[in-house]
Order: sequence, then C-alpha cells, then structure tokens
Amino acid sequence: MRFLLLFSRQGKLRLQKWFTPITEREKKKIIRDMTTLVLARQPRSCNFLQWKDLKIIYKRYASLYFCLAVENQENELLALEVIHRYVELLDKYFGNVCELDIIFNFEKAYFILDEFLMGGEIQETSKQMVNRCIEASDMLQEVRCTGTNAHMDLNHTRSIVISHVVFICLFAGVGILKRLGFWCFTKQ
Amino acid sequence: MPAPIRLRELIRTIRTARTQAEEREMIQKECAAIRSSFREEDNTYRCRNVAKLLYMHMLGYPAHFGQLECLKLIASQKFTDKRIGYLGAMLLLDERQDVHLLMTNCIKNDLNHSTQYVQGLALCTLGCMGSSEMCRDLAGEVEKLLKTSNSYLRKKAALCAVHVIRKVPELMEMFLPATKNLLSEKNHGVLHTSVVLLTEMCERSPDMLAHFRKLVPQLVRILKNLIMSGYSPEHDVSGISDPFLQVRILRLLRILGKGDDDSSEAMNDILAQVATNTETSKNVGNAILYETVLTIMDIKSESGLRVLAINILGRFLLNNDKNIRYVALTSLLKTVQTDHNAVQRHRSTIVDCLKDLDVSIKRRAMELSFALVNGNNIRGMMKELLYFLDSCDPEFKADCASGVFLAAEKYAPSKRWHIDTIMRVLTTAGSYVRDDSVPNLIQLITNSVEMHAYTVQRLYKALLDDISQQPLVQVASWCIGEYGDLLISGQCEEEEPIQVTEDEVLDVLEGLLVSNLSSPVTRGYSLTAIMKLSTRFSSVNRIKKVVSIYGSSIDVELQQRAVEYNALFKKYDHMRPALLERMPIMEKTASNGPTEIVQTNGEAEPSVVEPKHPPPVGQPASQGNDLLDLLGGNDVPVIPTTMPTKPASAGGELLDLLGDLSLGLSLMAFYLFDLFKTVNFLSIGIPPMTAYNKNGLKIDFTFERANPNPNVAVITIHASNSTEADMTDFVFQAAVPKTFQLQLLSPSSNVVPALNQGTVTQVIRVLNQQKQPLRMRIKLTYIHKGSAVQDLAEVNNFPSQSWQ
Repeated sequence: MRFLLLFSRQGKLRLQKWFTPITEREKKKIIRDMTTLVLARQPRSCNFLQWKDLKIIYKRYASLYFCLAVENQENELLALEVIHRYVELLDKYFGNVCELDIIFNFEKAYFILDEFLMGGEIQETSKQMVNRCIEASDMLQEVRCTGTNAHMDLNHTRSIVISHVVFICLFAGVGILKRLGFWCFTKQ
Repeated sequence: MPAPIRLRELIRTIRTARTQAEEREMIQKECAAIRSSFREEDNTYRCRNVAKLLYMHMLGYPAHFGQLECLKLIASQKFTDKRIGYLGAMLLLDERQDVHLLMTNCIKNDLNHSTQYVQGLALCTLGCMGSSEMCRDLAGEVEKLLKTSNSYLRKKAALCAVHVIRKVPELMEMFLPATKNLLSEKNHGVLHTSVVLLTEMCERSPDMLAHFRKLVPQLVRILKNLIMSGYSPEHDVSGISDPFLQVRILRLLRILGKGDDDSSEAMNDILAQVATNTETSKNVGNAILYETVLTIMDIKSESGLRVLAINILGRFLLNNDKNIRYVALTSLLKTVQTDHNAVQRHRSTIVDCLKDLDVSIKRRAMELSFALVNGNNIRGMMKELLYFLDSCDPEFKADCASGVFLAAEKYAPSKRWHIDTIMRVLTTAGSYVRDDSVPNLIQLITNSVEMHAYTVQRLYKALLDDISQQPLVQVASWCIGEYGDLLISGQCEEEEPIQVTEDEVLDVLEGLLVSNLSSPVTRGYSLTAIMKLSTRFSSVNRIKKVVSIYGSSIDVELQQRAVEYNALFKKYDHMRPALLERMPIMEKTASNGPTEIVQTNGEAEPSVVEPKHPPPVGQPASQGNDLLDLLGGNDVPVIPTTMPTKPASAGGELLDLLGDLSLGLSLMAFYLFDLFKTVNFLSIGIPPMTAYNKNGLKIDFTFERANPNPNVAVITIHASNSTEADMTDFVFQAAVPKTFQLQLLSPSSNVVPALNQGTVTQVIRVLNQQKQPLRMRIKLTYIHKGSAVQDLAEVNNFPSQSWQ
C-alpha cells in the first residue's frame, strides 16, 4: 500500500497516512488529485480507479471517503476488506463511530491504524487483538504512580505493572532536560 | 502564563470559523502561543501543544517548528508523550530532514525498553519512516526482536524487517536465520507478517526464492488448516477464516510456484480446493477466489485447473457486483495472451460489458474486446465496437478509434469492408482520431487500387455533409485531388455512381479553403488537391486563378505552396503533368515509411523517384563476417556494397526546383555525384598490379587517388576469365586491417564472361589515415561449370605509392 486518505464530502482531509517518503508538495498534490477524482465519481460506480501506476480503491462510509492506493500487483477486493476492517476497528473503539469522533480524536484514529497496518502491510488480522492492544496502551497512559489496576488480559508474559511502576518512580523526579541533552547529541 | 488550551477546545474553536481568513487568524494566534510555549521548554504541556500542532498540520498549515519538540517528546519517559512524539515524528519528519537522525538513539533505547508497547511504538515508527541510515544502525535490534517469543513484538519486528530490506536490500541476509521457524507460529499476526517478510525476500532475490521453495508443503498445510478448520471467532470474516492470511499465502505460493514444476505440482490440490470450496456470496470470498485465479494463471498448473480459473472469471463477469466484474475484466486482460481460446468463450459477455454504465468497466471491456478480435469474429466485433464508438464518452474515442484502425488493418476480410469501416470511424469520431492515422489511411487507400472510385465517391459525399472533422476532410481532399477524374467520370462499380461536375468539385474544395472550420493543415491539403486536379480536369483557368489568389495569403505555408504552383504553371508547365501524376503504390516499409512519403505529398513530389533502396546485390553481411575471422581477430567492418539508385528521369532541373528534398532524394543525389567522382580517373602514375591469378580468374588492381582526400586510395578491380565457361554469381569481398577503412561500391556485373571477352569492374576505396603499408585479404565466390568455387587470397604486393 502506498497511502491511505480519509476525507469528507467537502474534500476536507481527516486523516493521512503515507507509507513511502514523499515531499510535502507532492503530498498536497496527491491529496488534491484524490479528492477531485473520488468526489467526481458517480454514486453507483465501481470502487476502483486507475491513477498513474497505482490502483485506487475508495469507499464511502456515511460522510467520509476512505481512499487507499495500492500497487498494481495487489488484490483490490482484499483492499476493500482492509478498509472495511479499519472502519470496524474504529467502530468498536468509539462505539458507532461518526466523522466527528475522528475529527476530535484524530490521534486515536492514528494509533488504531498503527496497530492494524505498518509500512504498508497488515500487521494483525484479528480484530480483538488490535482492540486489546489499543485499550492496554490507553491504560498505560492513565496509570500514574500505583500499578494496582494494571490487569490487562494479554497473552504475553512480560509484566507491564512492575516495569511501569519502576520507570515512573525512577524518572519522575529526575530532570528530563538533562537526559534529553544527553540523548539528543549522541547519535551513534 | 496560563495553561495552553486543550486540543478539543482548539478543534472546536477552529471549526466555528466561518471563513478561510478567520480560520487562518485563529491558527496563527495559536501557533504563536505554541511557539512561545516551546521556547519556555515547558514539559507539562509539550504533549498537548504538539498534538494541536499536528491537527493544524492536517488542515494544511506549516508545522515544521514542531519537529524538534517531537524528538523531545520521544525522549520523555511518559508513555503519553512518547505516543504523541512518535506520531508527530511519523507525520512531520521524513528522511529528507537531517533532524530525523537524532531519533535513532531514542528509537534504539526504546527498542530495548521494558514495556512492550513502547517497543511497539519504536518498531512502528522505524518500520514506517526509517531512512536507510537509521535502518542500517538499527537492523541488529530488529533482528533480535524477530527472534523473541513475544508474538506482539515479533509481528512488528517482521514488518520492520520488511521495511529495512526495502530500504537497504543488502541487509536481507541478516534476517535469514531468524526466518527459520517463523512459519511454525500459531499466532496469526506473526504468521501473516512472516509470510509478508518471506514474500519480500523471495521477490528481491532469486537465491532466497530457491531457498524458500522448500516451504511450499508447510504453506499448503497452513492454508489447508485455515480452510478446513471450523469457526474461529477471532479471525472470522463472513464465515471465512482469516481471509487476509489466506490471500497472502496464495500470493507467496504464486511466487514460489512460478516457473517451477515441482512446487506447482504440490500446490495443485490446494488451489483446486480453495477454488471450489470458497463461499462466493460475499466480497471476502471473491477476494480469495480472485487471488487463487491469479496464482493458478501464473504457476505451471495443469490445464484442468487453468480452465477452472477462467471459468471462475467468467462467472465473475456475470456477477451483479460491479467491482467483481471490473476485477474479472482486468484479469482476463492479463490472461488473454496465454489462454486466448478459453477467453474467447466469454466474448459475448465481455462485449455486453461495453454497454455498462460504469466508466472503469467500459474501459476494461474495450481493451479486452480489442485483444479478442481475430480473423473469425472481426465482422461481429467491429459492429459492436463501432456502436460503442458512437455512443461512448469523448475520453474513450481516441483510444477506440486507434484500436479500430489497428484491428481493421490486421483482420480486414475485404478491402471494401476496410474502407467502409474507416469511413465510419472518420464520420463518427473524426475529430478524435490520432494525427498519424491520416497518413496511414491515405497509404491504405492508395494501395487498394480497385476501390479508388468507390472511395473517392464516398468521401465526396461525406464532405458534402460535414466539413468540421479535420482528419476526414484531409483524407477526402487528398483523395479528390488524386482521383478526381474517377469522380467526374462516374465510374464507380461498388455503388450507384453520382453525377458530379468539375465545377461542383472545385466549389467544394474552394469552400474548404475559405471555411473557418478548416485548420491550416487542411487548407494545405485542399490547395494541393486543387492543383493536382489541373492535370485531371479541363477547367485549368479556374484553378490557375485560385492558386494565384493564395500567392498572397497570410498563411506562410499556403503562400509558399501557391507561389510554387504558380511557378509550375508559368515556367515549368511542361513538367506539370509528370509532377502531378498519380501516386504509385506505397509499400509500408518501416513505421516511418508512409509518413515520410505523405509529408512530401504536399510538395507535389515527382512520382518517379522513391526514397527506397532496393536491397544490395551480392554481399550479405554474414559472408562478410567469415572474412573477418580470417584476419585473426582484427575486427574490421566489411561494408556491404552500397547501391546507386536509378537516376531521376526528369534530370537535374527537378533537383533544383524541389529545394527541400526528402532524405531519399538527397541520398540519391549524393550517390550520383559519388559515382561521377569515382569514374573520373585521375591517374597519378601508380602502376597497376595483379592481385590474383588462379584457375583462369585474373584480378587486376588499378589505382587512383580521390582528389579531395589524399589519404583515400581508389582501387578499381578488373576481373577477367580466361577459361571457356562463364563465371556466374561472381562475388568479390575484401577486408583490411583495423587501421584502414574500406568501402566497396557495387560491381558492374555478376558474370565474368569466358575467354576474356569482358571484365567485371568494381571500385574499392580505402582510407589510410596512418599511412600504413596496405594489405588486403580477398574472398572470391563464383559458379563455374556448374560447381561453386570459393577462394581466399592475401594481397600484399601493393606498390608503395599506393599507400604513401
């Protein structure tokens, strides 16, 4: 996959994920092209387009257009399933997701996407796993100094609780700037 | 300093802006606040500020000043900070900024973090936007994580490895050991990403591909389990278990089975199973079937399986779902080359798709229809395609018209049908045809001699109807110019001849000249046509008048033509009939051939001289190569004889008149001149020598120097035959060492008559830049008394004056 874009019926961008390095100018141009192409399509036409050397798969969910660009040897029908899976994940997380959810919680939408896709490929095919990981990460943000409510049912052996408590206590008091200075200037 | 506003607040505020200007103002204010907050190195709110910045970046505003802040967030210990920091890095940074390298150390530390989610963040960021330097530095860490037992990390590490390999292909070897037991995982996430990793490796390296072929049985087993296993809630999608993994495995199987009999053999069963057992009611099932079909077509599958695949595609074509029809058409297009007959069975369905409302489907159907046209179905298919051409959107017309022309050219059942088809295209999609079709059509019409009358009549009638479509008008005016006499005489056999007078024809052509609809090129065509009619019609005065009017036209092209034609009337009237004669049949040589000829049409080119050279007599290049071997590896180009073309019948005056000649004419002129040059013997006292004397064949060399270039020695060979029988098919070849250059002109004849009754002469020109002693190897072949004779000889006895 090359990129994934979400935009509204008016062409306002709600999410952009690029899987290859592209300049800012290129990105803006691609966004413009995509919005024009997709929004111009007839309502009951097929969900695939050819654009330059890429296949564009788009699908409309309520007021949002999901637009995915894949290379020529990839399976378009499966790409439709990928889009659908992402929507399901968002739906499960936000509960009856709508465009406003994605506008106000765009960073969460990104986090979910990053648990589902990586580097242009699918990393997890199980809905439940992705949701569990997101929930666990969210919990990690919430947990402060105590590690009591750290039960997360995941099938891995590492103990989040202990490590979490340890690093919160160790670093809470230390000047972060000093450490930052050390880290920033030693490259290799 | 009050706390910076929350992200939600900002979003809400910005959304209340009613105009772009208002929004920009709000954003600028907030950016200023954020910038001052960054300057104060405020740790507590850095995360919030960067999040706001990312939002503004998504709206399209610059956010580069936040890049360093993202790095600070990544280095922070708070998970929230890290999350936003890494997100910011992925959105704002890329390998073009030097700043991104500062992340390397942070990522390295985070890859070894005790919390798996932090490790996950680091892997994700590296796998999405890691540059080649970062990848090189961190590949070792990724490889370590690839071997961990934690499946959450393992799957991420696998995709990260894929990214590393894409960026730095040389590091692929490094990941090989870790792939050993990747496929024995139970976790689908790890399985999926492992298959992706294996696919990437196999696509990039044929060695890896060979190495991983042994995994085919294992992959087949996994796929089988997926299909046969019962309902699995975790991976189920509409009744199918983990379609993503199935498709990925099928893709890897495709790569592994391609070109390899054993692997393909091993997969046949499972592919047949998938193809027959998969549910097709939902998109998911069809996605798997589609991938299966692609795999079957690519590997060396048995024919039964291939037929099954094409039938699946045929079923897809009848599916209600547009996406599936589109996908079927695309795949059929890919397979039509290899399995032509099988695809032909579905021709009628494909042709029906031409009438579909969807633009994407129509395009694919059109491409596929053209691919399916053959000698048997040409009439039917063309009917459908022409109907499509009539009714389709303008974006298709150009491609469709070109396709029709190509197909008609290849498979036309008769000349009349061909011309009718072309006429139909020109009248329906006339303005959309490509520019090069006009010359091609003209060439086609010229070659169908018996159809001239019919063609010109139809074109004339079309012109009467409509003069707006330029290609049609151009072809029509050219034809009327050429065959106007046939039009007037009413000779048409194919259909009812029309009664037309000369004046009517000239009216039409003049109408084209003055009409606003005609392009300059079209006007050129019609003026030339009028001129040509001066030899075919009797109303020459009218034509003269028209031509002289345009002698002062503003259009330079028209003016030039008119002036030249005027000159033709006045000074060269004796040459006019010859010049304006009928065009000869043009053979389609290379793709450039017809175009060249037609471009000179406007210049009333003489019909006699053609810019073509008949193939050289005698020495084909292959024989020359033998000679090269003889000279022990000195690669000397043996130049085959060049042909002097027949001189133009009209003589030198013609060359003057038609100033700007086509390439052929100028070449011909060069050869004429060259011939004169070499024939002029300027003997400078070099004695002749006998180069060869054996079996009755004697070859003498006589020398002269080419005046302009003293380094060029011109040698004329004289071959004479003292035996009683003629030597026929006489071929003389020569080769010289590398330091010389040789040119052989054509011989006077191929037959050396017996008993010294005549000689065969041939001119050799040798360029001797370095003034080296001249030596030559010659090869002679001829037929004498019924048997072929071949001989080689070395000529070393050149007189010293010949090369000094």
